[in-house]
Amino acid sequence: MDYVPNTDEQLQQMLETVGVGSFEDLLVNIPTEIRHPSFELPGGLSEAEVLSLCESVASPNRSLREVTAFLGFGAYHHLIPTVVDALSSRGEWLTPYTPYQAEASQGTLQMIYEFQTLICELMQMDLANASLYDGASSLAEAAVLALRTSGRARLLVSEAVHPHYRQVVATYLSGFPCVIQEIPHTSGVTDLEALAASLKDDVAAVLMQQPNVFGCLEPMEQTSALAHRVGSLFVANVYPISLGLLQAPGAYGADIAVAEGRCLGSPLAYGGPGLGLFATTNELLRKMPGRLVGCTLDESGRRGFTLTLQTREQHIRREKATSNICTNEGWLALRAAIFLSLLGSQGLKELALLNIQKAHDLFERLRQVPFVQSMFDQPFFNEFVLRFADGRSVEEVNRKLLKAGIVGGLSLRPWYPQLADGSLWCVTEAISAQQMDRLLEALGRV
Amino acid sequence: MEAGAINATTEALDITDGTERLIFERSVPGRRTYRLPPCDVPERPLGVLLPEERLRTDALRLPEVSEPDVVRHFTRLSQLNFSVDTHCYPLGSCTMKYNPKLNDRIASWSRFAVVHPMQPASSVQGLLRLFWELEQLLCQITGMAAFTLQPAAGAQGELTGLKIIRAYHRLKRQTRSIILIPDSAHGTNPASAAISGFRVATLASGSDGLIDLAQLKAKLSHDVAALMLTNPNTLGLFEKDILTMTRLCHEHGVLVYLDGANMNALLGIAKPADFGIDLLQLNLHKTFSTPHGGGGPGAGPVGVTNALVEFLPAPRLRKVRTRFEWHDDVKHSIGRVHGFYGNVGVLVRAYVYIRTLGREGLERAGRAAIINANYLKACLAKTFPVPFDRYCMHEFVASLKSLKACGVTAWDVAKRLLDYGFYAPTVYFPLLVEEAFMIEPTETESKETLDALADALIHIAQEARTNPELVKHAPQRLEVNRLDEVKAAREPDLRWTPAKQLVGT
Repeated sequence: MDYVPNTDEQLQQMLETVGVGSFEDLLVNIPTEIRHPSFELPGGLSEAEVLSLCESVASPNRSLREVTAFLGFGAYHHLIPTVVDALSSRGEWLTPYTPYQAEASQGTLQMIYEFQTLICELMQMDLANASLYDGASSLAEAAVLALRTSGRARLLVSEAVHPHYRQVVATYLSGFPCVIQEIPHTSGVTDLEALAASLKDDVAAVLMQQPNVFGCLEPMEQTSALAHRVGSLFVANVYPISLGLLQAPGAYGADIAVAEGRCLGSPLAYGGPGLGLFATTNELLRKMPGRLVGCTLDESGRRGFTLTLQTREQHIRREKATSNICTNEGWLALRAAIFLSLLGSQGLKELALLNIQKAHDLFERLRQVPFVQSMFDQPFFNEFVLRFADGRSVEEVNRKLLKAGIVGGLSLRPWYPQLADGSLWCVTEAISAQQMDRLLEALGRV
Repeated sequence: MEAGAINATTEALDITDGTERLIFERSVPGRRTYRLPPCDVPERPLGVLLPEERLRTDALRLPEVSEPDVVRHFTRLSQLNFSVDTHCYPLGSCTMKYNPKLNDRIASWSRFAVVHPMQPASSVQGLLRLFWELEQLLCQITGMAAFTLQPAAGAQGELTGLKIIRAYHRLKRQTRSIILIPDSAHGTNPASAAISGFRVATLASGSDGLIDLAQLKAKLSHDVAALMLTNPNTLGLFEKDILTMTRLCHEHGVLVYLDGANMNALLGIAKPADFGIDLLQLNLHKTFSTPHGGGGPGAGPVGVTNALVEFLPAPRLRKVRTRFEWHDDVKHSIGRVHGFYGNVGVLVRAYVYIRTLGREGLERAGRAAIINANYLKACLAKTFPVPFDRYCMHEFVASLKSLKACGVTAWDVAKRLLDYGFYAPTVYFPLLVEEAFMIEPTETESKETLDALADALIHIAQEARTNPELVKHAPQRLEVNRLDEVKAAREPDLRWTPAKQLVGT
């Protein structure tokens, strides 16, 4: 099955209009020795055959509707209101591209303007862009911005920043003449003494995460002040849902706030696509990566929206652009805009509170299990680290839980060998009290 | 009551001028309909759970609206868009082909969409098999030895490729700092090279619009890390000397990177590996039909030859007997470029597309794309000549400079074309064509639609001569007419604030 509307007869007629006898005549520039190689590809299928094939491909997967997973680690299972899917699946949203022709793209443009505003409100920042790829690349773009703007050559990154994010930052900066220095953590939070000792006036930026990778809340206000004392930028990677109740990056003086925005109305989808959020201050407007939508007027004085300040971007500035990004995550930005509009201020606060209540309830119940202990004594949002006593390993406990259809907390061993007995547990509003009961029953049998 | 009266007035304006108020302007304090599930655990006072200094003190100012408000608002906004589902969208270099609904349906299945990235491999074998097979399919289509599916879009694929080029030369203890890029290249190419720490040397196109072999020879040196090219190039022309160019590069130890944005032209016709490409990115949202989403998500998998496999981003997928698993055991990996494994929702759609079309469907798609472009070019030949005129591949670039005498630009014609119900081609790119008009019809447009598009453009050319003001003030038939982009840039208004007065009527 293909989606070519023209019949073979029409294609032949069209070739005649072009003035060639056969399709091959159009390929004159292609050396004959590389034309029409053999392709070992399967034959085409009908819709029914594709559905049946894909059902069989999908069948070994276990979705979060079939297993209960207490997993977070930068990817959070939140409820998605029906309206988000219903609206975002409209072809008028799904099938246009970057709104280069503003007059024929007012829907997308106004939506992005609203999205930018929503993200600014959420983060308490001056400006937000139209999105980047994911949280990790947003953090990397923040690092690039800091290095290029400051002319300084050192970055301080807390070890309590998501390890994948730190890896992406390192990949992005591999060609840059700079040093990335990791600041150790102690008792579940960034070691502020170590940070202070490393902070000199050659530091372009300090990169922190709130809540950090262990779910613990960092002293962002103090850290931000330390960074600013030596004229370095303060970059905060945050969890958007938590901002329903937690202090926003603007309140503690972040110069750049980034986040993974997938939790705002988009499915986990095994970790992608994500939604890179990027917000900053007015001072950094012209250094910002990514697209921006501005409000303007049309010839009749009506309000309208257009892409703007494009002289920062690759299609105009080429090698001098602030970033190489072109395609971003517009469709997920739409979903976030719908999600935040549906919830409103009160709804987002309630959502954050629900996560806090449920996570703390499970935390308290788990701590009463004889072999379960808390790893850190820090305030947290919806994620926390446990350790098992009596020589039980995380892997062993998880293997047993999986037999009961439960995916237990994530072992920290691959990223934090010194915390090899630690596991990271997450509870969102998508986990019910019954699911928690089942976890406790299953742990009782471990 | 007063607020209600103001809203009612604005509502009336919505109907008269076709624009839609901002969601914030629909906000009514306390209005809300969506409800979260009740808290089913014992509630504790917030003050006991979290220290006060970590809490937000400002009033969060999200809109307060009902579900019907949200539905009406975002439905109305959607209707202000042109899209592939509603209009022919011949945006050059973007391959705006039809996006099959079947692909969206399958990607939304919970066993693909509601899966956590840290679930044990044993519970995601279906997805891992799909990735494995997709890699094999892309290898077959391009002739490359291996692919990473991590890059989230074409430009991130370029960045990945350039990091691989850097790592490859470093391992050989060579410091090569230059990337050669033709002047017709997409802007992402030089931007990606710069962000990867390279210097860009530009290759001026020859008089035939292709890379000038003599110039390439002159610029090849031991300081050149790679040639980054697009083939067919952005003029829609296949580089006829490609075999010589790649041979020359390899003789100088220079890698050849292909920007695979134009791969739609080569489907079933040629494999990049056969013409000497060392690495490339594919834009799944272009060639493999995944929806562009108003600006993304895309996916930009990177394919490499055997010599570069050990540099690919980690983690990689491995097959152990019949099971699939991730591993980080990649000797010279450049590292991660994505928070997890890539844009899975896009990868699933592309897999479904390739399996649906199969070998003969992909060949037919490539052939039809090339015939459509050449046909449209022929229909427009008398009105809008193509400077580098020869048979094109999937797209062509016309010059509208003949209209300059009437004071009409390519930009004006693009705007007027919107009035005729067509999205506009890419304009002013590539830079080497004056008043460039870059048209890519794709294979999924019918002859009748192409005839109508050609008629519209020929008609606009007549209008430009008889009534240039009409064209210069286009569009006239949309909800807004020509927008003031200079004002937008000079007085940046990038967010709404409650204090802001309504701009305009």
